[in-house]
Amino acid sequence: MIERLGRRTVDAIKAVGRFGHFMGDLARAVPDVDVWGRLTLVQLRRVGVDSLPVALFIAAFTGVVLALQASYTFRNTVPLYFVGTLVGKTMMLELGPVLAGLALAGRVGASMAAELGTMKVTEQVDALETLAYDPQSFLVIPRVLAGTTMFPIIVALAIVTGIITGWIASLALLDLTTPEFIKGLKLFYRFKDTWFGLFKSATFGFTITLVGCIVGLGTRGGAEGVGLSTTRAVVYSAVLLLVLDAFWALVLLR
Amino acid sequence: MIQFQDLHKSFGAKPVLAGFTLTVPDQETVVIIGYSGTGKSVALKHVVGLLQPDAGDVIVDGRAVSTLEREALMALRRDIGFVFQFAALFDSLTVFDNVALGLRRRDLSDDDIAERVREALAVVDLTGAEDKYPAELSGGMRKRVGIARAIALRPRYLLYDEPTTGLDPVTSAVIDQLMVRTREHLGVTGIVVTHDMRSAYTVGDRIAMLYEGKVRQVGTVAQIQQTEDPVVRQFIEGRPA
Repeated sequence: MIERLGRRTVDAIKAVGRFGHFMGDLARAVPDVDVWGRLTLVQLRRVGVDSLPVALFIAAFTGVVLALQASYTFRNTVPLYFVGTLVGKTMMLELGPVLAGLALAGRVGASMAAELGTMKVTEQVDALETLAYDPQSFLVIPRVLAGTTMFPIIVALAIVTGIITGWIASLALLDLTTPEFIKGLKLFYRFKDTWFGLFKSATFGFTITLVGCIVGLGTRGGAEGVGLSTTRAVVYSAVLLLVLDAFWALVLLR
Repeated sequence: MIQFQDLHKSFGAKPVLAGFTLTVPDQETVVIIGYSGTGKSVALKHVVGLLQPDAGDVIVDGRAVSTLEREALMALRRDIGFVFQFAALFDSLTVFDNVALGLRRRDLSDDDIAERVREALAVVDLTGAEDKYPAELSGGMRKRVGIARAIALRPRYLLYDEPTTGLDPVTSAVIDQLMVRTREHLGVTGIVVTHDMRSAYTVGDRIAMLYEGKVRQVGTVAQIQQTEDPVVRQFIEGRPA
């Protein structure tokens, strides 16, 4: 028991050390703009365009469900135009960033861990180094930059989609008019609602892509190792995303 | 000149290299033979700083690899071509881009890069394969692209990690001829890691056997073929214990 505890403590300390080492290497690679600048454009397209359908799909249905649940909760007690308030606030502050983030942890984080893991076990990462490339500037910086930049854009579009589908559901399925929905939407709106959600999304994008890269480049073994890394990347990203979500609420919304 | 000086390396509790010492003079090709898992590839990866030794070092042209700063290590790597066991080609890049990748780290114009890529592909008889992706190539072709990628850099040193493993005898012979031709063409110093004895006899000026983390015997092809060391004898004859 004590031995196992000791081993876990040592492993945890080693993991912190590896993380510090990784971040140090990452910082050292930043001046290598010639390499990561060109590759970032490719990653922006991959992270952005490829992730958009899943984020919008989730947001579209979330908007509808939110409108229906709000109407169910408010009926006969609260004016129905509050449906617009609930759909808008919830999409902007929480569900837009978090649901899209969780979906993209599966979509983007897993794909990065699998890709880099495969490159690692097939010695492509070693090959990069022998060709005088720094894997951090060739592989990590473009992905992390793309995630941090594109996540807020994807989430912004997801929020808009959720609000639109919530509005359409309100018109089609509830006794609500467009002016009433917009009245509710504007009621408690503050500009902070917008930037808070988007800022949070940027930190989610940074975290998910960084975890995907760290886990991917730490892959050992063959196909089994790649599978393990892929699963780890999704689990770690999802957990960290929820912790970050609570952290930002505590820091910025109190 | 490359010198392995009393190199020690362990993975966990398992020692792999335990005082590996070997000198590779300029313009010579030394073949390192040995059983699978005895640390041949591990020794090779120390030359380009992909692994850090626990003790000892590899000295390349008087520079101790493990002590080099990042920039100096990058500069050293520009002098060394590394051919990986399974070629390690980048799946998302065409053959042309795979070969050109290392050249893009040098001050070369696009025309010069294209010329060097065409030249390297011609040396490995792969002219016309520029637009193919690695997935479209056979194992032998992938290895040849790996060699083209290394020689396109016009390195002073070429390191081959199991260049004929997994290939049929005819393709292996083609790769052997290619290694000999490359040495003649570029005049490079080479280290070849293999357990294919036919290949070792064809490409090596000298052969060193790695056994239990150290060099068991080193000598010319003729000396190794006539060895009376029972361990080396058993290995080169492929006799079971």
